[in-house]
Amino acid sequence: MDEVLLRTLTPGVLGVLVRRGADFAAAEDAVQDALVEAVRVWPEDPPRDPKGWLVTVAWRKFLDAARADTARRRREDRVEEEPEPGPAPAADDTLQLYFLCAHPSLTPSSAVALTLRAVGGLTTRQIAQAYLVPEATMAQRISRAKRTVSGVRFDTPGDLATVLRVLYLVFNEGYSGDVDLSAEAVRLTRQLAAAVDHPEVAGLLALMLLHHARRASRTAPDGSLVPLAEQDRSRWDTAAIAEGVAVLQAALARDRLGEFQAQAAVAALHADAPTAGETDWVQIVEWYDELVRLTDSPVVRLNRAVAVGEADGPRAGLAELAALDAALPRYAAVAAYLHEREGDLATAARLYAEAAHQASDLAERDHLTRQAARLNARLRGGGDEEGR
Amino acid sequence: MAKYLLLKHYRGAPAPVNDVPMDRWTPEEISAHMQYMRDFAGRLEKSGEFVDGQALAPEGTWVRYDGEGRPPVTDGPFAETKDLIAGWMVIDVDGYDRAVELAGELSAAPGAGGKPIHEWLELRPFYGVPPTVTE
Repeated sequence: MDEVLLRTLTPGVLGVLVRRGADFAAAEDAVQDALVEAVRVWPEDPPRDPKGWLVTVAWRKFLDAARADTARRRREDRVEEEPEPGPAPAADDTLQLYFLCAHPSLTPSSAVALTLRAVGGLTTRQIAQAYLVPEATMAQRISRAKRTVSGVRFDTPGDLATVLRVLYLVFNEGYSGDVDLSAEAVRLTRQLAAAVDHPEVAGLLALMLLHHARRASRTAPDGSLVPLAEQDRSRWDTAAIAEGVAVLQAALARDRLGEFQAQAAVAALHADAPTAGETDWVQIVEWYDELVRLTDSPVVRLNRAVAVGEADGPRAGLAELAALDAALPRYAAVAAYLHEREGDLATAARLYAEAAHQASDLAERDHLTRQAARLNARLRGGGDEEGR
Repeated sequence: MAKYLLLKHYRGAPAPVNDVPMDRWTPEEISAHMQYMRDFAGRLEKSGEFVDGQALAPEGTWVRYDGEGRPPVTDGPFAETKDLIAGWMVIDVDGYDRAVELAGELSAAPGAGGKPIHEWLELRPFYGVPPTVTE
């Protein structure tokens, strides 16, 4: 039983039902019922045309539910309503589903939940597990989201940027529970890239592939964080890197640069370096210049300061930093790193401790606390050749 | 999404505006207060923002290791000024602003005279999962 195949078929099946006139919420319930049925039946009796099977069963479930709702309907209606059996249409409404599930009227968390359920085909339980909330809470979140978008016309063109943001949110959530959300985000973005020809979709896919390729080396077996410079590069997934780079190059060749392509370019330069010391920081700074131009985001400026610190030395990095707001997340961590490289261990230790205090996740807090402790031990030891 | 802990205190929080101990309320006022809290939790579940909530008994004990082979030390029955947590609720919301909004709503639970207690609630963020993308 290939659960991923099943999930891949989900948006197409849902699209057919909605296209035939089923309202979104009811269609989505019917598709979930059909998926459950498939899990039960297919291992014994695999269908020749899985999508056609799912469409037929989901449509029957939808009609059953609709009939249950309107008891006064005559029995004969079913005969008239049921379409001729046959293969599912080749035309795919998947793209419209992505737009609908990322509709601007939804909060980010609702859009994420609805996308995972309707486009991703995950069960409510799986999504609840991944986000560490009770299943009842997630069920309500999803049904609210469905109600919110139920009035939206299915053929209104959507906002691709919103869809990409939602997929990026899913990717960044990492994983807990029995579904790897990062892998799921890669799968959904790949599917989207097949349906829509846009360089930023490719850019996001490339970015995800490049980061995903390095994930295994980002944490030690005990769960602690391993910074990029110390990662075991032999553990990077070279096939995913090669694919990410190829996808990115094809996108860049179209000369419509966007935020995700530029971020992917930075990731590609990291992935490309045989050792941390051989990283092409000069080119990375150039990509950050593009990103600043595209987004004008303070977080991007902060990352740029790190890159400048590597390319032109810590003093140059600190000068960039001086122009930024110290209240930015990770500002203290960046300042600590640059001060350490400049040789001011006491300031660096103090800033690492401050950064640890501000960290928003545990692995990062522990990592920064260790950095502060490491420097404090060196300062106590005295006479260290790297100390001042 | 971000998870927050809302903490209600028996003791240790700043005094609420409507500061009448619960045993001086009328039974109806107590029922109204409890109903408000249940309704609040119910609304959060419907909005997909509820994670967990529990009430805690008023008496807690501080316990400390006291050395090999010795029983742990407890702080005894004497009066204390330590904080006492009365209960908690965990919410999962889109951001800090929403968390503050909800805490404010919970703090408006009715007390003596049917008026809001204006009770101080402590709002604490949970550590999140590390983002997949950092460098």
